Amino acid sequence: MFASPLLTVLVVPLVGALAVGALGARPNAREAATLITATTLFVLVAALVPEVAAGGRPAVELFEVLPGLPIAFELEPLGMLFALVASGLWIVTSLYAIGYMRAHDEENQTRFFVSFAVSIFGAVGVALAGNMLTLFLFYEVLTLATYPLVSHHGTEKAVRGARTYLSVLFTTSIGMLLLAVIWTWVIAGTLDFRPGGILAGRAEGGVLIPLLALYAFGTGKAALMPFHRWLPAAMVAPTPVSALLHAVAVVKAGVFTVMKVIVYIFGLDLLSTTGVSEWLMYAAAFTILTASIVALQQDNLKRRLAYSTVSQLSYIVLGAALANAWGVIGGSMHIAMHAFGKITLFFCAGAIYVAAHKTEISDMRGLGRVMPVTMIAFMIGALSVIGLPPMGGTWSKWYLSLGAADAGQLVLVGVLMVSSLLNIAYLMPIPVRGFLFAPPDGPERPAIKEAPLFCVIPICFTAIGCVVLFFYSTDLLNLLQPLAGP
Amino acid sequence: MESQLPPLQIVIPLVAAPICVLLRNRVVTLGFAIAVCWATFGVSVALLDRVLASGAIVYEMGGWAAPWGIEYRIDALNAFVLLFVSGIGAIVLTFAPRSMGDEIPASRQYLFCAVYLLCLTGLLGIAITGDLFNVFVFLEVSALSSYALIAMGGRRKALPAAFQYLVMGTIGATFILIGIGLMYMMTGTLNMEDMAARLPIDGGVRTTLVAVAFLTVGIALKMALFPLHGWLPNAYAYAPSVVTAFLAATATKVSVYILLRFMFSVFGIEFAFEDLALGRALLPLALLGIFVASIVAIFQTNIKRMLAYSSVAQIGYMVLGISFATATGLTAGIVHLFNHALIKGGLFMAMGCVMLRLRSVDIEDMAGLGRTMPWTMAAWVVGGLGLIGVPATAGFISKWYFIQAALEQGWIIVAVLVLMSSLLAVAYVWRVVETAYFREPSERAREASEAPLSMLIPTWALIGATVFFGLFTTRSAGVARQAAEALLGGLP
Amino acid sequence: MADVLGLYNYWVVIFLMMTGFYIVISRRNLIKKVIGLSIFQTSVFLLYITIGKVRGGTAPIVADGFEVYSNPLPSVLILTAIVVGVATASVALALVVRIREAYETIEEDEIFEQDR
Repeated sequence: MFASPLLTVLVVPLVGALAVGALGARPNAREAATLITATTLFVLVAALVPEVAAGGRPAVELFEVLPGLPIAFELEPLGMLFALVASGLWIVTSLYAIGYMRAHDEENQTRFFVSFAVSIFGAVGVALAGNMLTLFLFYEVLTLATYPLVSHHGTEKAVRGARTYLSVLFTTSIGMLLLAVIWTWVIAGTLDFRPGGILAGRAEGGVLIPLLALYAFGTGKAALMPFHRWLPAAMVAPTPVSALLHAVAVVKAGVFTVMKVIVYIFGLDLLSTTGVSEWLMYAAAFTILTASIVALQQDNLKRRLAYSTVSQLSYIVLGAALANAWGVIGGSMHIAMHAFGKITLFFCAGAIYVAAHKTEISDMRGLGRVMPVTMIAFMIGALSVIGLPPMGGTWSKWYLSLGAADAGQLVLVGVLMVSSLLNIAYLMPIPVRGFLFAPPDGPERPAIKEAPLFCVIPICFTAIGCVVLFFYSTDLLNLLQPLAGP
Repeated sequence: MESQLPPLQIVIPLVAAPICVLLRNRVVTLGFAIAVCWATFGVSVALLDRVLASGAIVYEMGGWAAPWGIEYRIDALNAFVLLFVSGIGAIVLTFAPRSMGDEIPASRQYLFCAVYLLCLTGLLGIAITGDLFNVFVFLEVSALSSYALIAMGGRRKALPAAFQYLVMGTIGATFILIGIGLMYMMTGTLNMEDMAARLPIDGGVRTTLVAVAFLTVGIALKMALFPLHGWLPNAYAYAPSVVTAFLAATATKVSVYILLRFMFSVFGIEFAFEDLALGRALLPLALLGIFVASIVAIFQTNIKRMLAYSSVAQIGYMVLGISFATATGLTAGIVHLFNHALIKGGLFMAMGCVMLRLRSVDIEDMAGLGRTMPWTMAAWVVGGLGLIGVPATAGFISKWYFIQAALEQGWIIVAVLVLMSSLLAVAYVWRVVETAYFREPSERAREASEAPLSMLIPTWALIGATVFFGLFTTRSAGVARQAAEALLGGLP
Repeated sequence: MADVLGLYNYWVVIFLMMTGFYIVISRRNLIKKVIGLSIFQTSVFLLYITIGKVRGGTAPIVADGFEVYSNPLPSVLILTAIVVGVATASVALALVVRIREAYETIEEDEIFEQDR
């Protein structure tokens, strides 16, 4: 359709959004449009994998916004991974969302699905961005497109949550990230993503540390403490939104940005030789532990999962901050691993809400007997997030520990271990209560009552994905290898 | 014909104004005035094209050679100003017929057209002329007609607002007149280029200094630089919607242009910024203005008033760019002149649509308006995003240049302050968004229907332009850069 | 001393200017404000004419026996400025009439009182 397959990939979700909007009056056709768009997008993205895996870097430049600063796209392994995860899980989430929204009789479903498609457009744009300006542009598209999703219910609580969401994301991105971007532009005279970075030899420690801080904290979507509050606030959104956007697309766009900045703007060599990123490791470690501890105290399931996400995101930031081969690969891999694990957990939370109308963990005793499929899937997702074999999450955490050991940061290895224990402590009680405890009232063996089929199928799919990733991690490793340098 | 373009720029609207009075018929007059505005716009497009292709154009009025005669001198900067002033003038007047319906009695609309064209003449005249006294005359032409335009506002509050503006405006203009007189006293010329060549004067420094002071304060009054902005909020809030859209987008911008012209083309960068250190005086005022006005804007309930305070803040940005006195800083200031004209013009036109349907611009009445007037409010949101400076809007381009300019000077604090001030914009823009989209519709909003196409299309034309110029900047930032470099190199 | 007194016309200008300015600022009556504004403008007219005056000079008409001419340009300029001044005053007075119709008063504080 276009001169470059990248542009086709970008246009598909936009066309999808238009189609969904146009078909608003006929729900079935509208849902079909969503599914067709999602599938098309995934097929198109997947078709790019062989080229990128072979070392190709498809690129396209559109037009210059400012002299020397074009809107440009270039696909490299990290972006490939992110685009694959985002577009692939979009199909699953669409199915799930259809079931969820209909079971709930939600209002404004057309607006919901349109915003969803635009959000995916933003996420794919971030993944494909060929320079920091383009990335920033799509980063803000993502912020704005998700706003109507977060405030979907329109209640006062939703509006307040959405306000927190937007104000934190805008404050960080406009207040710090934009400054960092322009600062880089003034120092380096370019914003292209280049292997080895663009800052080496152009800036010194006195500038690099504040610059890195602006990038790391400015990327509010990476939810590094203390700029994490938007994520729990965003949980007022319908569950499919929390699942895809606040476990995958939006938050991963954040950590993806941090990773991209560290690999292609700063360059691993620059960081590992100067030690500029050392403080960031500890900031990330702090977030990992603190968020886990906070998660322990949450009784609302979605909030607990949100804090767990905050904690897991910092794994990826930590991997980036380590600035060595294993750290970066482990961090990048965690983007995919955590995506599958966490989306499963959110799907389950939504299914429990739809079928049993329960949101608080303390009410979930005996639920495993009513919703066995959901609870088993939850268990699998939880194991993957914790990082136990045979789940995908094992590998990313393994490589991250290798990276920390390589960097000589034994304390951080310890942090990773402690955090895994904390993960067990806040995730496992849910299936344990579900299966081993008796329901608070009613019969000992209640009838099985699962969520609608549209919800259950995606849950099974992502849960199986967690297992599959364990066995195919070498493929991911090969894809990501070029990130660590030649 | 082509060589006569510079006088045509002025003569067309000037002659058309009295014709409007003679025509009297409402429909005929409006059609005629709109056609005249678009013709004026066509002239300025041709002028800009010629300037960009072959450098500055000089036209001697009546064949009298400068410095004795009056000279029109058009370079990249004023061609650019002419372009957007006439362009917005044309779009806003196209928007006017339906919008004025309720606000101005039909029997007086032909007079409105006449005064509007006079005001446009004045603004274009200020921008085009190369003669100092001519600047004053055109300044008064535009000012007197804008007092009349504002006083046409439907509510009686418009009258004291117009009077207040008249007093402040006249004081400002008279200050400028004094400044020009003193400059003439020292140099014996009124031609800008000629005067620039004779400055600075040894031994007469004190008089020149007083002249510069009078001029700066006078211009600051006219462009509503904080803390001399007192007249602006009321004038914008109570004027007819059309007038607000037109004046907000053009009048203060032209005053900023005068400041640029005096600072760089007449005084020269060395005299103004090194000997007198005007930059150091303007910078804190600009920053203070940005913050105070933005914060005040957050607490307004009349949305036109809120946007007016936002305008005061935006003037602060432009002056900030000027006070840097570097190529990037000036580019930022000039491109913001243009971008903000588009954004604010579009926003005030959207408010015109709201005014038409609700007969109110109070935030309480706008509750739930996102449902009944979706296109109007969508335009408002896009314009609001432009004010904030979200990427892919014109505001982002301005912001980018401001921050780049600040960082190039190593003023990180200034860069941070600029960014923080955009967050204040988020606060006042989002207050409206939340009210319009998430509150139960007010009684008035429930009865409202979408604005007519004759108003929506011009509104979206400007709003669309803000998005267009957020992505394709060769015709905005590119020209601004050229203008900035020309200013720094003295007169081209 | 002679310097100071010799420049008496400038003193007049400044005295008028400040008088007018003070009236505009301090008076609450709109008509008085307009009067102040006019005095303020008039002072500038005098300033311009003073600039053009050359001592012993005459009107700039070439004739035998006259060598020194006053500069005519400021007078010409001020002719325009006077027109502007008259226009300003008339617009201002027209506004005052409209204000009086709408508010039944021309005292500024009473107007603001009514709109509160």
